[in-house]
Amino acid sequence: MTQVNYFLTEEQQMIIDLARQIVEEKIIPVRNELDENEEFPWAIIKDLAQADLFGLFIPEEYGGMGGGSLEICLALEHLAHGCIAITTTYAASALGGYPILLFGSEEQKKKYLPEIASGKKLAAFGLTEANAGSDAAGIQTTAEEDGDFWVLNGSKQWITNGGEAEIYTIIAKTDKHKGARGASAFIVEKGDAGFSFGKKERKMGLRASSTRELFFDDCRIPKDRILGRRGQGFIIAMRTLDLARPGIGAVGVGLAQAALDEAARYARQRVQFGQPIISFQAIQHMLADMATEIEASRALIYSVARTIDSGSKNISKIAAMAKLFPTETAMKVAVDAVQIMGGYGYMKECPVEKMMRDAKVLQIYEGTSQILRNVIGKALNSEYAKK
Amino acid sequence: MNIIVCIKQVPDTEAIKFDSEKGILIREGVGAIINPPDLHAIEAALTLKDSLGARITAVTMGPPQAEQALRDAISLGVDDVVLLSDRAFAGADTLATTYVLAKAIKKIGSFDLVICGKQAVDGDTAQVGPGLAARLNVPSVTCVSEIGPNVSEGLLQLTRMTDNGRDLLELRLPALITVHPSLNDPRVPSLRGKMRAKKTTVPVWGLEDLGADPERTGLKGSPTRVKSTWIPSFEARREILSGSPEEQVGTLMERLKEAGVI
Repeated sequence: MTQVNYFLTEEQQMIIDLARQIVEEKIIPVRNELDENEEFPWAIIKDLAQADLFGLFIPEEYGGMGGGSLEICLALEHLAHGCIAITTTYAASALGGYPILLFGSEEQKKKYLPEIASGKKLAAFGLTEANAGSDAAGIQTTAEEDGDFWVLNGSKQWITNGGEAEIYTIIAKTDKHKGARGASAFIVEKGDAGFSFGKKERKMGLRASSTRELFFDDCRIPKDRILGRRGQGFIIAMRTLDLARPGIGAVGVGLAQAALDEAARYARQRVQFGQPIISFQAIQHMLADMATEIEASRALIYSVARTIDSGSKNISKIAAMAKLFPTETAMKVAVDAVQIMGGYGYMKECPVEKMMRDAKVLQIYEGTSQILRNVIGKALNSEYAKK
Repeated sequence: MNIIVCIKQVPDTEAIKFDSEKGILIREGVGAIINPPDLHAIEAALTLKDSLGARITAVTMGPPQAEQALRDAISLGVDDVVLLSDRAFAGADTLATTYVLAKAIKKIGSFDLVICGKQAVDGDTAQVGPGLAARLNVPSVTCVSEIGPNVSEGLLQLTRMTDNGRDLLELRLPALITVHPSLNDPRVPSLRGKMRAKKTTVPVWGLEDLGADPERTGLKGSPTRVKSTWIPSFEARREILSGSPEEQVGTLMERLKEAGVI
């Protein structure tokens, strides 16, 4: 059967093969145990580092592979076949690295990017707080100038890779009364005085990933740790999220494809009423919708990623689309895969049980589906105002 | 440190099927892979390279398509490769194989350590490693399950698995070891390695390149003859005893005595 041809290069195909090999050999054998024990996947992080995958999006001059959005989307999609908790740990390091790549000074790039690219150190991104998530402008963490230092106070919540990462990009208010221009971005390192972590959160899914609160208690960091200019914090955060969103869509495609693979294989072998259940139209139509929506998601992500890689600016709308549709698809497909597999699908020993628990977060983190619709709607409003 | 790793390309054992009527492997349409135990030999070399620094050369004897096994070795981090391929090498048993491998290693030049997998999953002889050591006139340790704690350019501390336990050994280099799969967990390839593997031109050495004696290679140089092959059969009998527990124990004792077990 002919598959959709995305005209990938040989290098891009290598990324897929490598990610799949890691999934087969390293991730699938341990994913249930890591999930059950809420254990951080250090051994697999080492494998991903050894495979050069942490440097995929980082230019060669900083120790990376010089790839773009499509390359990292391919890695994320195919790692997500195995386990999205592990994939999220990997993705979150890129999320923490993007602000440095996009807005870092030459010195900052030289210092931090090679460490992130080699996978020797994990990065993390801290925006969300107890009272600010979708409403990013509501953050209350502050950074004040004090001689040659910035002094941070406040806390961040639900930070992926919290406690495990060494490098954190943190958004904090530098001018309380300037609204959207009142925030700045900073690099904080694990071990900085006054920087500490809360307990590891227990979660519905994504259990092998580490999620913690970050505390800043008169945390003093050198002045040169500010990213970009003072007041650029929200711009940095939004540009970072724009770049990351197609990647999360890709995670959704990988998870959905894995769930479809499980459900379709099962439907071929499960016999009821004297025939395999895949011969029933009720099952066929579910599988057909799943497969079609997955392919549509994949096509959307690859097209958006290529648009980004061609150097387009102002990508908020298409990046939001490339997360919204694939992640909604992932949740729906995971639920339907459990439904097709029935009692077995509900059991811990069945891979789709974990996939369904894991999928939910895709509609929440790095912009909820509702916020993504706001982004798209706002863009449409301004586009049509000009027509 | 110069390390030579000898590897073999074998049919993908997990994908291969067996024709039980004809008693042969169905090789059609089955991919070829690096002999899985040899991946542990490559990993052992890479681990030594990580700690001591080393130049690793992977060598294989096989048909032209065995080149892929060498490319896979490069993608894992091996520095140089050599394919030993010649019609005159075909049909070799372990004697003829070690002859060609030894010739090739002498042509490569000096080495500190030769590493082989414990055995190949197709032939299962486990003879090539020690046989090669004899030809190279270096000491060998088979079935190594641990390297270290002390490793240096001239001496390796090793643990060897035996039927009765473990031997702790010190091995002066140059030498040859064969490694047991429990030694390590082979790494995944890297993207840079895969790119390098794609671009590499694999050197091919034949009979003349090695200055080898055609009477000692391939089928001609192989005294081993396979007389016949068969599938071992196991006969399991079952008997369910009846009666009271006491009666059953009595019957069981009788049966065991009859069978000469007690």
